[in-house]
Amino acid sequence: MRVLMYGWEFPPIQSGGLGVACQGIVEGLLSHNHAVFLVLPKTTPAMQMYSPDSFKVLSAGESGGIVEIEHVATGLYSPYATSNDAYWENLKKLLKEEPNTIYSQNMLEEVYRYAAKAAVHARHIPHDIIHTHDWLTTEAGIQAKKISGQPHIMHVHATEFDRSGDTPNQAVYDLEKRGMEHADRVIAVSEYTKKMLMKYYGIKEWKIDVVHNAVQPNLPTGRQAFSTYHKSHHINPTDKVVLFLGRMTMQKGPDYFLKMAKKVLDHMKRVKFVMAGDGDMMDQIIRLSIDLGIERNVLFSGFLKGDEISRAYAEADLYVMPSVSEPFGLTPLEAIKQGTPVLISKQSGISEVIRNALRVDFWDIDEMANKVIAALRYPDLHRTLRERSKEELDKMSWQKQAGEITKVYQKAINK
Amino acid sequence: MKNKKSVRHDGYNKTVCFYFQVHQPYRLSKCNVFEVGNKDDYFEGPATFENKAIFEKVARKCYLPTNALMLELLEKHPEFRVSYSFSGVFLDQCLQFGELGKEVLDSFKKIIATGQAEVLCETYYHSLSWLYSKKEFAEQIIKQKKLIYKLFKKKPTVFRNTELIYSSEIAEFIREMGFKGILAEGWDHYLEWKSPYFVYNPEKVDLHPADRKIARQMAVNKAPKKPACRQGRDIALLLKCYKLSDDIAFRFSNRTWSEWPLTTDKYAAWLDAIMGDTINLFMDYETFGEHQWEDTGIFEFMRHLPEALLRRNIGFKTPSETIKAYKPVGRVHVPYLMSWADMERDLSAWVSNPMQESALRRIFELEPTVHQSASKMTKKKAEELENTWRRLQTSDHFYYMCTKYWNDGDVHAYFSCYESPYDAYITYMNTLNDFEQKLIKI
Repeated sequence: MRVLMYGWEFPPIQSGGLGVACQGIVEGLLSHNHAVFLVLPKTTPAMQMYSPDSFKVLSAGESGGIVEIEHVATGLYSPYATSNDAYWENLKKLLKEEPNTIYSQNMLEEVYRYAAKAAVHARHIPHDIIHTHDWLTTEAGIQAKKISGQPHIMHVHATEFDRSGDTPNQAVYDLEKRGMEHADRVIAVSEYTKKMLMKYYGIKEWKIDVVHNAVQPNLPTGRQAFSTYHKSHHINPTDKVVLFLGRMTMQKGPDYFLKMAKKVLDHMKRVKFVMAGDGDMMDQIIRLSIDLGIERNVLFSGFLKGDEISRAYAEADLYVMPSVSEPFGLTPLEAIKQGTPVLISKQSGISEVIRNALRVDFWDIDEMANKVIAALRYPDLHRTLRERSKEELDKMSWQKQAGEITKVYQKAINK
Repeated sequence: MKNKKSVRHDGYNKTVCFYFQVHQPYRLSKCNVFEVGNKDDYFEGPATFENKAIFEKVARKCYLPTNALMLELLEKHPEFRVSYSFSGVFLDQCLQFGELGKEVLDSFKKIIATGQAEVLCETYYHSLSWLYSKKEFAEQIIKQKKLIYKLFKKKPTVFRNTELIYSSEIAEFIREMGFKGILAEGWDHYLEWKSPYFVYNPEKVDLHPADRKIARQMAVNKAPKKPACRQGRDIALLLKCYKLSDDIAFRFSNRTWSEWPLTTDKYAAWLDAIMGDTINLFMDYETFGEHQWEDTGIFEFMRHLPEALLRRNIGFKTPSETIKAYKPVGRVHVPYLMSWADMERDLSAWVSNPMQESALRRIFELEPTVHQSASKMTKKKAEELENTWRRLQTSDHFYYMCTKYWNDGDVHAYFSCYESPYDAYITYMNTLNDFEQKLIKI
């Protein structure tokens, strides 16, 4: 099949899980011999060179698919920041860099402008299916379908309720709802998300298929290679390390992480809590660590990239994802890949996928602390979690998941 | 020779030997790390699976209606026979849980009092003690024997180990302790060409002299005076017919099974077609009403089974009667540990990951400390302490920590009161830490 896909982030340009997932989906689809034409807002020369032969997951012989990448410029910049203020802040920066910008001064208008530009590709690129990701690109899918008449699949990685909790941006919600209503089929990244789509967006169950994310099995795992980590972070080599890695936003639950840290430290002294990532709650979180009197045991590493991320996972004794609402949550899989056991909130899609993890309700601080202490104190728990979760991870692949996506394509085409 | 009886002296073509396992563990109360050091009651069970509530549920769905049925059948057919093995911790719960507990126990007593039912012996705490301490194993058997006598006025002579865990070595130990028979899984793997429908003797194996000493010292039945006689006395081995047992216990309500629905006539015809002396049907008692719900027709099936079998001249015997009636046809050797669990029939349900191994090691490592501490206490306090330690040995705790079903995503195979094996382990280890702290303080 020929897929016209509208993506947003794509490695190496990315700030979150959407880019990683998008890459996995594209590579998985290629392994099933689909041709993917990927439209992105920004591309790099490296991306343009992106050929199936360079895929790490596949040998050249296996990948019969073709990928082409095109970019359409826009002032929209992040799928995660959905407030008008954030858009305006970004635009101000862009205006300095590109004074003659064509971008609209209003986020919503910019979404429509971008969609119209991006949809033009539907005219000259032959395709059997249109595949969009989340609120930023679904409008492009709607427009593209108007041009070619081919079925539109909207892939939902997160909803406005996950990102903004009780204060959703109505315009973004409307875009999401409109996208799902116009789409021929909707892919949700978890049962958890599917339920939200039914509950908050009124989408019919028959229209939604759940396809969980996977991970690329390509990263080298090397605990030894990172032996300088403790030193560079002034952590005593015998100290235990508990890691938080993600955007410091309400959705990710960094405040619950700190409250848990306090409970743990009341009980066990030699534990360091590393918080990696940046976000709008950063100041608040730093202040909270001081208010709780645990600032000496909490280390902020800032936003990490590439190798630093792998290193952070590998060096931790436990990775904690205390998300308040997580449609999927790829990070625990990355941690497991690095040989680190995980504790995840039950309010996440990943808890449907990984069984060999410690699981808690994000608000249950006592239980979270109980389990963190157990993981740090009982080596056999740590070892069993590590070994069994790795076995589970090895059974997952994007290739398998792309098979599921193909079935969704078939359903849309045969409807 | 006077003891060489005619095999078919009673005129039956063959006989069925029913044995039902009755067990309820003391599930652990939730215990988080912050409670360690001042946890009071370990054994109420998790909030959503309180032991009392589960006992009551199973009593209503299984014990009471099934006992009523069995009593009815025993009265109606004087030829009918059944046998039970109760775990000590199940009987403890009967004694603990008020009127309903008493009602359940009384109904079992009535069944035993008919004289058509036999009580077998096992380890009081349904434990894996054989694997870790022969002395503890023997002590739990003695304790169980005393309890059986106290409640039922019976002296059991046939032994079945926790989850039918068996090896030739266990059989030899049990023989030394003075039992006349032992039960095991009739697993093809070691039976090879042999048929489970006969009585066997276990292969003779040598025990470690220290173990033999323990077995003899702690023998439950008087040994013949001459050592030579003791050496010569054999123990009989009864093998579970797992296919026919599982037809009732597991497949009965399975609508995708080609033989569904299973009628008494069809089942009786299968038994009729078998060549052999005895058909040993061993299963959990919860099969009736709990694993197979009443609406599957399991009670009606059982209600009509005895007459359907008797019509075909198939009789019934308890394990002791079976051993008495049939001459062993050969020896069976099981050089490794085997159980009746899962497709593997091994111990992997209880001992297959580092968590299970460490938890088991830790609880049994406490043996000398517990006894030492107990020796400093009053008799009542000492009993309490030992009881707590032993309740922590119950095999179910370790079963809940098993990751093998969990990994396959086979939730149906995972009967547990915990959300995951990891939760089971954390609760267990926190409780154990609390127990150890209390031990140190003594």
